[in-house]
Amino acid sequence: MMTLAVRDSTTMLRRQLRHMSRNLSTMLMLLAVPIIFLLLFVYVLGSTLGDGLGGGSGGRGAYVNYVTPGILLITMAGAVQATAIAVAMDMTEGIIARFRTMAIARVSVLTGHVWGSVLQTLCQLAVVLGVALLVGFRPQATAIEWLAAVGVLTATTFALVWLAVAMGLATKSVEAASNLPMLLLLLPFFGSGFVPTDSLPVGLRWFAEYQPFTPIMETLRGLLLGTPIGTSAALALGWCAVIALAGYGWAKRLYNRDRTR
Amino acid sequence: MTNIPTEPALAVTGLRRSYGSQVVLDGIDLHVGEGTIFSLLGPNGAGKTTMVQILSTLIRADAGEARICGHDVVRDPDRVRAAIGVTGQFSAVDNFLTGEENLLLMADLHHLGRAEGRRRTADLLERFDLGRAAKQLGVTYSGGMRRRLDLAMGLIGDPRVIFLDEPTTGLDPRSRRDMWQIVRDLATRGVTVFLTTQYLEEADQLADRIALLDHGRLVAQGTPAELKRRVPGGHVELRFADDRALAAAAAILHVAPDPADESLVLRVPGDGGVRSLRALLDWLDAAAIEVDGLAVHTPDLDDVFFAVTGSEKVTA
Repeated sequence: MMTLAVRDSTTMLRRQLRHMSRNLSTMLMLLAVPIIFLLLFVYVLGSTLGDGLGGGSGGRGAYVNYVTPGILLITMAGAVQATAIAVAMDMTEGIIARFRTMAIARVSVLTGHVWGSVLQTLCQLAVVLGVALLVGFRPQATAIEWLAAVGVLTATTFALVWLAVAMGLATKSVEAASNLPMLLLLLPFFGSGFVPTDSLPVGLRWFAEYQPFTPIMETLRGLLLGTPIGTSAALALGWCAVIALAGYGWAKRLYNRDRTR
Repeated sequence: MTNIPTEPALAVTGLRRSYGSQVVLDGIDLHVGEGTIFSLLGPNGAGKTTMVQILSTLIRADAGEARICGHDVVRDPDRVRAAIGVTGQFSAVDNFLTGEENLLLMADLHHLGRAEGRRRTADLLERFDLGRAAKQLGVTYSGGMRRRLDLAMGLIGDPRVIFLDEPTTGLDPRSRRDMWQIVRDLATRGVTVFLTTQYLEEADQLADRIALLDHGRLVAQGTPAELKRRVPGGHVELRFADDRALAAAAAILHVAPDPADESLVLRVPGDGGVRSLRALLDWLDAAAIEVDGLAVHTPDLDDVFFAVTGSEKVTA
């Protein structure tokens, strides 16, 4: 049974990768948003924001380092928005009904989307990270720390992709699917993505310190730049596990419901 | 295998399904013999698609039982799924894969080996005249090509029963004829075909047995010939030049003209045979009534449908 699920999921992943290879323009669009954000925050706002980071004279150089983890999460949020749209679009197609009438592992339709999106998002993260390095991002991580950072990025992507798959299934239309993950795009702002949470007003600060993206960004910062991590790593992985499980459970329930179109 | 040779390919008893307060299928019983073409005929909204969805394990019935090749659709859905192929009303083709990739995807999902998958794919592309379009994306296919690809995808696993839900709706006449030929070929290969259609002509052309579905009930079942025999729909249509001739003819033949019909036409019941036709014309001749035009109408499924449902005709 397990091997059947793996085999069907691999087949569905192949289908997903083919789709992506034929939709490179979407991938470029998805890359444009975080890269524009990066350039905007570094070159327009970076000098002033960098000075405010604490040292008093960090400037643009300090801010590139500070903002890159936030930009990586923005990249993920954009990428999983595309996942939600792709799932919602897929569900409107007759091919899904066909899959349901075939003797295959049912969940493979979803796992195909998940693994396809995870791979695509990791590629995008690599590109954005490359651009960040070009504009002055200077991580001081060892090989082990890099590996851990990639692990955190993968875990976060995996969790958010499952959530996005569920969102894509939950919506009735493709338009609605494109709106739902918008919230994820805002979370880095209401966290430690662009400015330290200490600088926020009380109510917002409370939210920023307890929302899932903050420990994830703090963990990445710690691994790549050597800032203190503390409990952030455990919190980050805990959040990823919770989000992934919730997304998986929700998606599975939605996919298996008796749907009659 | 629980399959006994005498077991019909498809056996349905007491099937019911409603959506909220609307009853879509209201106690359906039917049997389809192996290797035959069975057509479920009915107007839009009669419940045809719901029927296919239940039989292909997409949705569940509220009550009743359905077995395909001996396997219960609720208790043993995977066995059923392994035995069937489905071609829906809305093409279930992956638009962002080429025709060939679509077929290979199906082959992979049927867990065929690589070589076997390629062999069947090549064979089906050839058989359904899709060889030249094999490397094109599904999104570029014409309506007829999509249906053929769709059907080919349903056949790659060598199903014993294939469901065709309105396979020719929206197709041009030529593509429709191509599709008909494909369906006939399937039956000669021993595949059981369950076909839904709203076209009487299609059911008449293809089906060994027809069931008429109306408002969720089967209102008639039988071979096309049996069904036609059930209604005396044959008549001769006589057209006259004016009201006076029409009235005179009506008096002689003891047939009342249809009051709703203002086209100066008189419908005389009869089988349309040469002898009765000659007698009819002789009577009119003797009374010196001029006939403008004449048409012989033999009963078709249209009449059957009209007779058994009492509703407006479904026209092809």
